[in-house]
Amino acid sequence: MKRLPISPLVYTALLMLPIYWLITMAFKTNGEIAGQITLFPVAPTLQHFKLIFTDSDWWMGYVNALAYVLMNVLISVFVAIPAAYAFSRYEFRSKRPLFFTLLMFRMMAPVILLVPFVQIFSDLNLFDTHIAVALAHCFFNVPIAVWILEGFISSVPKEIDESARIDGYSQFGFFKKILVPQIAPGIAVTAFFCFMFSWVEFLLANALTAVAAKPISGIMTRAGGVLFGDFGMLAAASVLGFIPGVACILLVRKHLVRGFSMGRVA
Amino acid sequence: MVRVHHRNTEAFTLLTPALLVMLATGVLPLLFVFFYSVNDTFAGNDFIFVGLQWFQQVLTSKDFQWALLRSMSFSLLALCLQVPTGLWIALKLPREGKLVAVLIVLMALPLLTPSMVVGYLWKVLSLPNVGLLTNMLGLFGIDLNMNSKVWTWLVLLLMDMWHWTSLVVLLAYAGLKAIPDDYYRAARIDGASAWAIFRHIQLPKLKLVLSIAVLLRFMDSFVIYTEAYVVTRGGPGVSTTFLSHELVQTATIQFDLGEGSAMAVIYFAIVLAVSLLFFRRVTTQDNAT
Repeated sequence: MKRLPISPLVYTALLMLPIYWLITMAFKTNGEIAGQITLFPVAPTLQHFKLIFTDSDWWMGYVNALAYVLMNVLISVFVAIPAAYAFSRYEFRSKRPLFFTLLMFRMMAPVILLVPFVQIFSDLNLFDTHIAVALAHCFFNVPIAVWILEGFISSVPKEIDESARIDGYSQFGFFKKILVPQIAPGIAVTAFFCFMFSWVEFLLANALTAVAAKPISGIMTRAGGVLFGDFGMLAAASVLGFIPGVACILLVRKHLVRGFSMGRVA
Repeated sequence: MVRVHHRNTEAFTLLTPALLVMLATGVLPLLFVFFYSVNDTFAGNDFIFVGLQWFQQVLTSKDFQWALLRSMSFSLLALCLQVPTGLWIALKLPREGKLVAVLIVLMALPLLTPSMVVGYLWKVLSLPNVGLLTNMLGLFGIDLNMNSKVWTWLVLLLMDMWHWTSLVVLLAYAGLKAIPDDYYRAARIDGASAWAIFRHIQLPKLKLVLSIAVLLRFMDSFVIYTEAYVVTRGGPGVSTTFLSHELVQTATIQFDLGEGSAMAVIYFAIVLAVSLLFFRRVTTQDNAT
């Protein structure tokens, strides 16, 4: 009998406790939430979820967030694959400074670029569009995508490139037919990370949108609620906000650990 | 040996799409920030060059100095809590098995929680009377009081720990899994203690992933905005008003474009300095492995 890993189990249980609490709150009436502490909903209700799914002001928030997140993932991964390949396989002038500059943008706070982003996208008449948020999130997601993919591509033997060249593949054909299938797990993990960072970001997503592209987090604040109001409603909205994350984790769960090492260790 | 390509043009062609996107979404807005930081403006149309006036104003402002100090302290405390905890959990995780697979999925969950939701969650956990955290501490006779500066800091640190420690766990765990079994076998033959194995085998092999963990954790705690604002609104008083709050307040609420941008440039300088510090470490080790 193997020993149970006690500390990881306790740690995970502590992480789950607040989430459990949030889920029970989503099924409680506001009266119960404000009344006293209960570990299970006394009179479980679906009223909060019903309201979210019937009021397009609410559910469009999820659609909007998913729209710009998916656009961002597509752009980031698409431009990062050739760049990561170049970093992995070529020696070229100012390679290191360039790689550093990319990483530095990943480290930069969205708040630094907040004002110019609002200005630029307003001038381009892109304020309150999904593409504006998708593009704004590129400055931190493209670097992370290049970083992770570079790790994955570097673990593919270089001989593959050579033999493809001998077989007469064009650069594009090589990417499409050989490289991409080879690093498919890496691409999945990269998409996962881009999804994650774009999905959780609030400041830019909220500042660049008003009505038409407002993400759910923005709607939660607008409902006025986050600070005072409708606890059950916000709990339900939060619980639904977990779902895309859970779906993503489950999709890439086999490669998650390797992804966290930026593809560098197996 | 396979030869390494030395063709600049080919490499830059491959880089072009990514570089264009980065120029448009990173470099260009950054240039705007630099421009605003040395100009004064009326209604955002006419700009007058004012030199370093805004920088002088920001750097001598007590509000800014305190906010910077708070942000620095928060980041350092977050690091001191999360890196050892994360490393400890990773060391205790079995290297194979169904249980680990499930635990890892669950651990990753907080990482994918929208920052607004994280803030809201910890806001309700620490509500007086009906908050779960308040009640749990109450069981031990501890009075969680969100009007106290110490408690709000503790709750924010706990929140950041809940949100991000798993990143350290997963990074460290990935690093540990990459250590070949032979290393452990050899150590066992030598009769090495658990501490010796950690000190001489695991820790050196984890240098790269731990550097990445420290860098990511420092930066992301340093720029904390949404979660903290939702929980405390910067209070009580200004005790949890961080640099990012100060910046948003100045640039978008008072609409002081110049002063806000000068703050952003200083913020950027700090990011640059810390990144440079770590980049050395990360890349030199990267080549070695």
